[in-house]
Amino acid sequence: MSEFIQHTINGLSLGSIYALVALGYTMVFGVLQLINFAHGDLFMMGAFIGFYFIRLIHFFFGHDSSSLSSPSGVLFSMTVIVVSMLGTALLGMVMERLAYRPLRKSPRINLLITAIGVSLFLEYGGQLLFGASPEFFPTILSKQAIALPGGVILDSTQVLIFSTAVVLMLLLHFLVFKTQFGRSMRAISHSLEHASLIGINVNKVIMITFMISSALAGAAGVMYSISYPKIDPLMGLLPGLKAFVAAVLGGIGNIKGALLGATLLGLAETYVAGYISSSYRDALAFLVLIVVLLLRPSGILGSKKIEKV
Amino acid sequence: MKFIPFSLFLLMIFSLLSFSCTKKSADTIVIGNYGSLTGSEATFGLSTRDGIQLAIDEFNSAGGLNGKKLELKVYDNQGKPEEARLSVEKLINVDKVVALLGEVASTRSLAAAPVAQQYKVPMITPSSTNPEVTKKGNFIFRTCFIDPFQGQVMAKFAVNSLKLKRGAILRDNKSDYSMGLADYFTKTLTELGGTVIADEKYASGDSDFKAQLTSLREKHPDFIFIPGYYTEVGLIARQARELGISSMLLGGDGWDSPKLIEIGGTALDGSYFSNHYTAEDKRPEVQEFITKFKNKYNVAPDGLAAAGYDAAQILLAAMKRAKSLEGDDLRLAIAATTNHPGVTGMITINSERDAVKSAVVLRVSTAGSATGGGEFKFVESVHP
Repeated sequence: MSEFIQHTINGLSLGSIYALVALGYTMVFGVLQLINFAHGDLFMMGAFIGFYFIRLIHFFFGHDSSSLSSPSGVLFSMTVIVVSMLGTALLGMVMERLAYRPLRKSPRINLLITAIGVSLFLEYGGQLLFGASPEFFPTILSKQAIALPGGVILDSTQVLIFSTAVVLMLLLHFLVFKTQFGRSMRAISHSLEHASLIGINVNKVIMITFMISSALAGAAGVMYSISYPKIDPLMGLLPGLKAFVAAVLGGIGNIKGALLGATLLGLAETYVAGYISSSYRDALAFLVLIVVLLLRPSGILGSKKIEKV
Repeated sequence: MKFIPFSLFLLMIFSLLSFSCTKKSADTIVIGNYGSLTGSEATFGLSTRDGIQLAIDEFNSAGGLNGKKLELKVYDNQGKPEEARLSVEKLINVDKVVALLGEVASTRSLAAAPVAQQYKVPMITPSSTNPEVTKKGNFIFRTCFIDPFQGQVMAKFAVNSLKLKRGAILRDNKSDYSMGLADYFTKTLTELGGTVIADEKYASGDSDFKAQLTSLREKHPDFIFIPGYYTEVGLIARQARELGISSMLLGGDGWDSPKLIEIGGTALDGSYFSNHYTAEDKRPEVQEFITKFKNKYNVAPDGLAAAGYDAAQILLAAMKRAKSLEGDDLRLAIAATTNHPGVTGMITINSERDAVKSAVVLRVSTAGSATGGGEFKFVESVHP
């Protein structure tokens, strides 16, 4: 039983990282019907921005500045997450402005191919810039194990990841459903032309949507690196792909669906690796995608809408 | 008008090409090295290259081969077997190397060995321990011990020295080295009365091992044997400790990298692994090598640098003895290597083209350093 609970905890913490990335896919898809393949690479950029920020702090203030003792460790981790969110938001903005906006009126396939191009640009540009060998994310959060009954262990990283993810998702929910901006965003996702006719500044809303989704990917990148400290320019590939599967699983374009899909995927992957074999963990994600697409082409929570691609 | 300069240009290119070719074959002899200079096993390739380069520089400053200088040509394979194969094809066909040195990882040596065999270019692997490597043909040699021996060393160490019998294994199913070593370890452990109570797998490149470790935790093993490479081992050790696993961690020569402690930190403190050499060895060959290496590169050599140095020295000695540098003559000269006093021990090439020599067991010690420093301490030496 305790093994099962431990797998569940591990799966939830993985799932919440996927969720942050999946939300980005879903939001961008919602407003532009674009699958932003470069999203996984923003996740990678987030990790690297965090990495270099920590290096910078260590360089100027010494290793003690990020003292691992609990309160300042948490505070410092939060700072790193925020810095990286700002960095990736900026990157997302530039990406939208330079790569996607000029193509908004062109056929959707052009946009899709551009997205793949941007993704390759970030991956191999990253190899040029950061080097092809993996770097190791410094320990910025003291690992404190919280022992639960039955030998189950919840470590401080998992608590941080899970709570940060929940806070970010609540903020996002508030933004999308309770604010004027969210209203505009939802209007655009219904119809871009109509939204612009009623006076919504479409360019601005789309740009902000990109910034938010990129910031979420950046936060996920840092949180992933805190628990799995190996970072390299191609690290965004697989988590990005899996988050995409999660978004499709839940119903792409649907925010709650992305959450549900990511949690299910995180759990399923951990159970498969724990009880069957880790060789099948990646295969599972894609098996799930195929099965869902066969049974419910629009995802678990997706609305039935005929899409022409 | 346009045509004439173009043909002149072509002529220039051709003359340059032929000139450079003749020049090369006239006064330099090229030796090829392929390795993982980037990627998850980057320190393997870099250390090996540095060790080889040191040996070649010494050889050149001592006069070279009958007045001819040697040149080392190195290609990066990014840690990918298919790239290793390509590098070797390029080294043989484009750079016209007389012999090949490499790889560290058995998977990549196995990918490249058939090419070397096909073109009849002798290849010496400094540190691929999987027994299959030298079975690829009579042009493939190795100057290190093989995994049946290494697995035996660690299994005996666990049972006899540590008195631990209930072991779990966490192996990399994408690596021939890891799969082989895990099997040989299991074999000796069962022969000695120990049991393998769990055998889990991961794939190189993974960063999340918590699911496998959680399954292992439930079985409370005395120790976990991780025959992997340093990047994954460091991550596994960290995650094991995060999950509250206090079992002893054991491993093989794939752990040997300065990066191991940087990644794993204090999680690895007190773990043991088998290796080719220890810096604490007082033999003059070893201490001289360490001084020379430090003078040239300003860092202490790891085991793979020492293995690279030894492999290069054996090749160079064979080139001196050989009747000619043709594949067959050179092959026979390498095969005749006996009692070469290498940094990693006395090396004699046997009829299987493998070296038989002793292994050392090292302990990872991060005691007294909170900032991630640490060292590998010599524990014991095991003779075959």
